Amino acid sequence: MAAKTHNPKAWLFVLPVVILVAFNALIPLMTVVNYSVQETFGDNVFFWEGVGWFEQVLHSERFHASLLRQLTFTGIILAIEVPLGVAIALTMPKKGPWVSVCLVFMAMPLLIPWNVVGAMWNIFALPDLGLLGRAINGMGIDYNFTQQPGSAWFTTILMDVWHWTSLVVLLAYAGLRSIPDAYYQAAKIDGASSWAVFRHIQLPKMKRVLTIAILLRFMDSFMIYTEPFVLTGGGPGNSTTFLSIDLVKIALGQFDLGPAAAMSLIYFLIVLLLSWIFYTLMMRNEAQ
Amino acid sequence: MRKATWLAPTLYILFLMLPIYWLVIMSFKTTNEILSVFTLWPQDFTLENYEKIFTDSTWYNGYFNSLAYVLMNTVIAVTAALPAAYAFSRYRFLGDKHLFFWLLTNRMAPPAVFALPFFQLYSAVNLFDTHIAVALAHTLFNIPLAVWILEGFMSGVPKELDETAYVDGYPFWRFFLRIFMPTIAAGIGVAAFFCFMFSWVELLLAKTLTSVAAKPIAATMTRTASTSGYELGLLAAAGTLTIIPGAFVIYFVRNYIAKGFALGRV
Amino acid sequence: MSKISLTDMRHSYLANPEAEEDWALKKMSVDWSDGGAYALLGPSGCGKTTLLNIISGLLTPTEGTVWFGDAEVTNVPPDRRNIAQVFQFPVVYDTMSVYDNLAFPLRNRGIAEDDVDRRVREIAAMLELDAMLSRRAAGLTADGKQKISLGRGLVRDDVNAILFDEPLTVIDPHLKWVLRSKLKELHQRVGTTMIYVTHDQTEALTFADQVVVMHEGTVVQIGTPVELFEHPRHTFVGHFIGSPGMNVLPCALEGGAPMFSGMAVPTDHPVAHRPDGERLEIGVRPEFVSFAQQGIPVEIVRVSDAGRFSIVDTRHGEHLIKLLAPEGEELPSEDAHIRFDPGHTQVYADGWMVS
Repeated sequence: MAAKTHNPKAWLFVLPVVILVAFNALIPLMTVVNYSVQETFGDNVFFWEGVGWFEQVLHSERFHASLLRQLTFTGIILAIEVPLGVAIALTMPKKGPWVSVCLVFMAMPLLIPWNVVGAMWNIFALPDLGLLGRAINGMGIDYNFTQQPGSAWFTTILMDVWHWTSLVVLLAYAGLRSIPDAYYQAAKIDGASSWAVFRHIQLPKMKRVLTIAILLRFMDSFMIYTEPFVLTGGGPGNSTTFLSIDLVKIALGQFDLGPAAAMSLIYFLIVLLLSWIFYTLMMRNEAQ
Repeated sequence: MRKATWLAPTLYILFLMLPIYWLVIMSFKTTNEILSVFTLWPQDFTLENYEKIFTDSTWYNGYFNSLAYVLMNTVIAVTAALPAAYAFSRYRFLGDKHLFFWLLTNRMAPPAVFALPFFQLYSAVNLFDTHIAVALAHTLFNIPLAVWILEGFMSGVPKELDETAYVDGYPFWRFFLRIFMPTIAAGIGVAAFFCFMFSWVELLLAKTLTSVAAKPIAATMTRTASTSGYELGLLAAAGTLTIIPGAFVIYFVRNYIAKGFALGRV
Repeated sequence: MSKISLTDMRHSYLANPEAEEDWALKKMSVDWSDGGAYALLGPSGCGKTTLLNIISGLLTPTEGTVWFGDAEVTNVPPDRRNIAQVFQFPVVYDTMSVYDNLAFPLRNRGIAEDDVDRRVREIAAMLELDAMLSRRAAGLTADGKQKISLGRGLVRDDVNAILFDEPLTVIDPHLKWVLRSKLKELHQRVGTTMIYVTHDQTEALTFADQVVVMHEGTVVQIGTPVELFEHPRHTFVGHFIGSPGMNVLPCALEGGAPMFSGMAVPTDHPVAHRPDGERLEIGVRPEFVSFAQQGIPVEIVRVSDAGRFSIVDTRHGEHLIKLLAPEGEELPSEDAHIRFDPGHTQVYADGWMVS
């Protein structure tokens, strides 16, 4: 790519974006920072609290438990969705009318409002009224996601796989389509096995889109709120209370503004830090 | 070709369609049937649930509200992102890399973190419970995304195009509107698609920033679910209707999705 | 190694070809002798790449057969045809080192690691890649990558032919001739059949012993560069090869002698009987047209200097005729006449030379 020219006036071009995002990001972030270092007993009277809330949150078992649940959940869905998405992208038709059919059907879960996803899965998985619940219980397995933590986790993960695997499929498929035919022809002539084609052509060429897919899935699953909230409400007990659900419980349910704000910041920083680590690791790998 | 490669995508699509199927047939059942018997197909096919939605203004207004702020958001996000993406793809300027990264970090901000401050902010500027409030709030994550996608597409357009246009005597804005934008039309489509998608599916902020006048359809559903208990048929009908706009959008962009992904950065 | 033959072969990309233009390749039989350096020359879309892919086995022809020596390979997949192919855009395995790239086809065929090592080093030395064997292939320049693609073909000692599909497209102009002479040198050294697809006549004429000229799915002529120049069998060959191309003028026949614009045109290649073709033309290259005291009267339209000679555009009525005048030759200022060299003036019927 040609070198970019230096142009200070370019700031005028980015100004609308900066104003909009600053309005939406900086002011609320200041509010959160403000709350996080103060204590209030209502009536808009605030006391300086310093880093007290941060210490409290960082040492609270409740936060540790939510964070652990969050990491486990994100780890599991990444481990399922990424390989599954790649596998499906590999088996999808390369051309012809079926491509559009596949894409249209696969993209559908992505455009359903998140609480509708939760509600739909609630209806689908209800032990007595839902198709899934009936089917599992019919196989002789005791299943009730509103009562058993195991069933609740199973349902939540299945829902997320249902909801988001298509994103990985679309990205991986796009990566595959961008490989010129000559690569496949050369591999054929070189006598490469289909595993070698995958390992040395398809996987390297998909690396870029897969990095994006993993990053997006990581960030979004780490922020998940609406779907599990509608499906399980974070229960039974606290078994599916992920970070966002916990945060909203504290902030809007108990109105503990100080701890909620401190937790928000810690939460945000964790997402940033993990995304940054992911990103640099994968980029370093690429630069090698 | 290996045989039976169609099996995996077919099974996967089947898996995707099952919950949707259940939702749709549920919407055609009577409450009585839902609660008393387990049927794979409605015994008493009824349009009652849909009738209720189309005649009750709190229901159908929810659709208009949702569509209103989603469209506003898409227009605002793409319009603002276009010049910014152009600047990032063509120029160096003070703080460009930091600015780009800062924009992207906002895509990583959990909406739950911003729910309460947003409520206070938009109340303070008297925009609470308006369409524009939700549209603006959603720019928080949609503008970074749109800038990112568009920058990817624009970087793929050779700089010579710009230079040729200047040599030919095009003033900048005419070049941008008449030549450059048509060149990256696919990118604009992809960016608009994603803005539409993320604004349409988001609910936490949309719900927090509205109460009556701009309440999104999805929030109306949540309230119904919690207050009137087992109105599953009605809930299913409302849910089915929320799938339709998305399905429409996908149908129109079906040929661009894969191509757009491949060309651009996403 | 063996001769490659295409017998009564034709190909269409359509499921049910009916009309003549449905065929990407019209019916042809072509032999490629063992160890030859061939160029497959023609404009874009004339079927060159299709023909190449049929030889390599990436495509199976709709009709006809492909033979390697005495074995029919029409339905044999590419990896069992012992063919190597270098594509227009360099294909390298990005994640592997240069060494592993070169070793890849051998390892896929289960060859012992000692032999692999020996072959890879030998070929790398030949291609001047030995200094960068441990580098990652992705980091190389376009010409380096094309050398790797070529090397993956050369490492195998069982290849019947190496096929090149416009391999210099993405190479910097100043490196093109370096790589081309390298190829020529390699051909003399390893003696493998090489088939080189290109639309560039310079590339074709410098590389090949035999040039196969294609036009709209048909092989119009196979011959040495000199044959193509002196005796183009089709007006297309006359146009396409040589710069400027051959003059093609409408003519009539009178007692076996061609008449242009009412004047007899002397030729050493008279026509015995009137050919069946609809359209009759005479073709003569600008190199074989000269000014004369008498002959066809023309007026000079334009003169452009091309170094050792000038290209002179002349006009007779509505017909433009180009000729080459040696440097320093005095051009007639008025009342100019031209004559055609009878030895190189041919009659064409519907584009094909009448013999």
